[in-house]
Formats: sequence, C-alpha cells, structure tokens
Amino acid sequence: MRRAKTIEVEGVSLHYGAVEAVRGVTMTIEPNKVTALIGPSGCGKTTFLRSLNRMHELTPGARVAGRIALDGEDIYAPGVDPVEVRRLVGMVFQAPNPFPTMSIYENVAAGLTLNRRRMKRAEKDAIVERSLRGAHLWEEVKDRLHKPGASLSGGQQQRLCIARAIAVEPEVLLMDEPCSALDPVATLAIEELVAELKSRFTIVIVTHNMQQAARASDVTAFFNVERSGEPGRLVEVGPTERIFTNPERQATEDYVSGRFG
Amino acid sequence: MAARAGASPAAPSLLASRSAAARARRLRDRAATAAIGAAFALAMLPLASLLYEVARRGLPGLGAEFFTASARGVVGGGGAAHAVVGTLVITGVAVVIAVPIGLLAAIYLTEYGRGRPRRALRLLVDVMSGIPSIVAGLFAYALFELFFGPGIRLGVMGSVALAVLMVPVVVRSAEEALKVVPGSLREAAYALGTPQWKTIARVVVPTAFAGLVTAVMLATARVVGETAPLLVTTGVIDSLNVNPFDGRMHNLAVYAYTEYRSPGAFREAAFERAWAAALTLIGIVMALSLAARLIQRRHARRTA
Repeated sequence: MRRAKTIEVEGVSLHYGAVEAVRGVTMTIEPNKVTALIGPSGCGKTTFLRSLNRMHELTPGARVAGRIALDGEDIYAPGVDPVEVRRLVGMVFQAPNPFPTMSIYENVAAGLTLNRRRMKRAEKDAIVERSLRGAHLWEEVKDRLHKPGASLSGGQQQRLCIARAIAVEPEVLLMDEPCSALDPVATLAIEELVAELKSRFTIVIVTHNMQQAARASDVTAFFNVERSGEPGRLVEVGPTERIFTNPERQATEDYVSGRFG
Repeated sequence: MAARAGASPAAPSLLASRSAAARARRLRDRAATAAIGAAFALAMLPLASLLYEVARRGLPGLGAEFFTASARGVVGGGGAAHAVVGTLVITGVAVVIAVPIGLLAAIYLTEYGRGRPRRALRLLVDVMSGIPSIVAGLFAYALFELFFGPGIRLGVMGSVALAVLMVPVVVRSAEEALKVVPGSLREAAYALGTPQWKTIARVVVPTAFAGLVTAVMLATARVVGETAPLLVTTGVIDSLNVNPFDGRMHNLAVYAYTEYRSPGAFREAAFERAWAAALTLIGIVMALSLAARLIQRRHARRTA
C-alpha cells in the first residue's frame, strides 16, 4: 500500500460572484480512505469537491476563502500553480468524458502526452496497460486499444476515464457522482474498483445515492442547506457506519433514513 | 372472464384510425408536407436554372486553350490561364493572411476573452462583416499607396483586401465550431493537470476540427469570386504573373468582367470566355466545398 496524501480543510467558504455556495467547512480527509460527500441537491458538495483541485475557480466569478492543504502544503498559497495542484489531485466526472478525437490508448496516455516530455514507447505502453488493469478495463479492450474511446459503452467509458486519471499517478482522486449515468451492473464495477483504488489513492466521492455511500465509503460527510438561497454547510462527518446507524445530528438522521432529500 | 366494455363491437374503439379527428390530422400532415416540398422546390429553382445557364454558355469556352494560354499579345482571343492562376494565388495568399488571424481571434473569443475586451472584439467583428467589398479594396489600396505611392497594383494588395473580408467570416463560423466543444472535455484536460493553451491546442481544436475546416472553406468560397476590391488593387493584365509581390495580376472575376465590358471586335468569343470564367469560378467553389466534405468525412471516420 502506498501512503497517499491527507487533505486538511479549514474554514472553507466558496462563492460564485455574490452568491455564497458553501460556508465554513472544516474537515480532514484521511489518506487511503474513501470519503463520501452526501447531501441534497444544491448543498454545495460538488462545488466543495471542485475546490479540492482548484477546478472551482475555472467558473468566472468563483472565489475561495479559507485554507485547503495537501499534507500540510496550502494549495491556495500565492505562487502555487493550479496546474500543478491538478496533477496531484485527479478528477473523474459525472458523465464519462473521453476525448473524442483520441483512441482508447491515447485517452489513457493523454495525461502523459499532454504534460510530460516525451517518453519511450515501451514505458508508455506499460503505463497504459497498468492503468487499464487498475481500472478493470484491460481484458475488455486489450484487443482494440486503437479504436476510438467513444466506441465503448457508458460504463466502460467511465472506467476509461478512471484509467486516464490514475495514469498520471495522482495522490488524490476526486469523483463527482461517477455512477449517476451508469446502470447498476456498471455501478457495481466502479464501486469495486473504488474499494481497490484506495490502497493507492485518497478518494473523495460525491454521491446522491446513499446506498452507494454506505457500501463504498469509509468516511461520510453530510452536507445540507437549510433554506434555498442559503449557503450549504457541512453538518456532520464521521465513520460511514456511525453516520448511517447513529448520527449525532437530527438532520443527518432524517436524510440518511430517507425522510427528505 | 367477463368481456370488457371496449371489446364489444358497438363501442367506438379508441385506436380506430378511421375516426374523423385522425383523418383531419392526416390531411393536415399531408398539406404541410406538400407546402414544405413546394418551398424547397421554389428555393432550388433559381439555383438550378443559374447552374444550367452558366454551364450552357460557359462549357463551349472551356477548351484547352482557356486553361493553358494567357492573353498576352493576342488580339481578341487567347486563354485565361493568367486569370485562373491569379485567382488561385490571390485567394491563397488571402487565406494565409486571414486564417491565422481569424482562428486566433475565435479562440480568444471562446476560450480566453472576458467582459469588455471580448464584447468590443465581437462588435468589431460584426461591423467588419458588414463592410462592403469595395471599401475593403479601397482600404488595401490606401494602405499600399502609403508605402509605394499612387497607382500601385500588386497581387498581394488584392489578398489583403480579400483577407479583410474573410476574417469576420472565419471568426464567426470558427467561434460557432469551438463553442460546440463540450466544456466537460476542457475540464477533463484541466483535471489531468494540462495547461490551458495545451488543452486548446490538443483537445479543443482537434475536437472542433471539422467545423474549423468548414469555417475556412466558407470564408474562402465567400471571397474567391470577389470582383470590386480586386479591380482597384490587382489591376488588369494580359500576361501570366505568379508573383503576388511583383506588379499586376489578373483573376477570373475581373477577367469575366473585362471580357464582358470590352469584348473588342470578336464579341461572341469574348462573351463565351466571360461565361467560361464564371463557370470556372463555380467549379472552384464546388471543389472547395467537396474538399471540405472529404476532410470532414475522413476526420469523422477517425474519431467516431
């Protein structure tokens, strides 16, 4: 097991222009664990996730306040290049988004070819194979590596995107509802994969699906928004089992027991 | 099991296609289809008759001489090789000038521009696309006159004038092509730690490639038949000139115009050459759009 990095979040508030989307989040995201962010729509969990690899600021007018540190290093410190942060903190998106002009092989190698100096063919081949195996996709695509990535099924495309993300060996893997566009079989495949990937990465996964959080995560953070128009807040964070069986807050209990949301 | 009410023969069936409402709907459907078909035919009619007329009058003049000989030292005859070459050279240089400017401006508008500067550029592009072509020609003439004195005529001047007309067309259609590239692809590249310029160069532009080719082809087709701006910039000449930086250069549109305006002693032959030049221009435009289709199809096969 490789020790991945810890993320410390202190008093983080996130804005879109004049609108405050998330207020005052403080939590520690443990290395080599799966942390699930759950909560109703509009509670800011995706916004919060995107602040962890500095994708939030790509939205015009977006601002970040507070401190987010990766093993003690502030990723928002002046002089830190967001591009470097994103090399350490990879991301998988809600809908599979393979590059349509690239083959399966090129998609997996994209992070390498787009960023690094040239590498030997054999070296690249090895990384592509390792990443596809890591994403449980190798057996299905090994005979058609040079077919377009878009020719795969939705579930395969999402695993291709995971392979693409892990090929650059990040420390942290952020997943924004990675299964919401997939059927139950493909969802199960991704969940099994996530359980395996935590031996190498710190994983943060946003999900709308509470069973998924219960099945696939070690730690669960519940976000909530009291009234529409108010910023989302972190209500409670703790071991998944405790959050689902014995939460401290009434709102958490109401949410995980399906009373709202 | 008791028979259901709907199954008894007396009750009207909901699915029966003979009902009056269904008949009325089918009638309206047919009427609408016929109206649309008629509108299409009406739109095609002028185009078809134009193509037919140009082909009928132009084909007799399209001999070997038309493409191989210039009109140098010939009285009332000769070919149009100098005009064909001139059109290709002038338009080619215009493409070389306008395409980088237009594509980069489009990339600025879709990928980098924010707020005021972007709105200002967009307004300028709109204004530019309304410039009458003769104004573009006079602009190019005035620009070169500053450096080379009055009466200057160069092939490249025509290219500059055409480039002024091309840039807004390239910007507008390239912008549309770039806008269609899903934001999720840009995000995927950023999340891999790719800098913005590389994301644009390696992900956005390749994804929009087919649309960008169309943008360039449309703009080229738009200017290849321009006459007025070339009359005042490239001038009229009877002999072949392949150097856009050295003296006058003929082109097909102006050739057709001069053959028609001053046919000389052999009127019929001159008119025939004018039509042949018009037909050649149409052929060039057609070849351009076919080439664009071909490039798009090859690209689509590679990606899909």
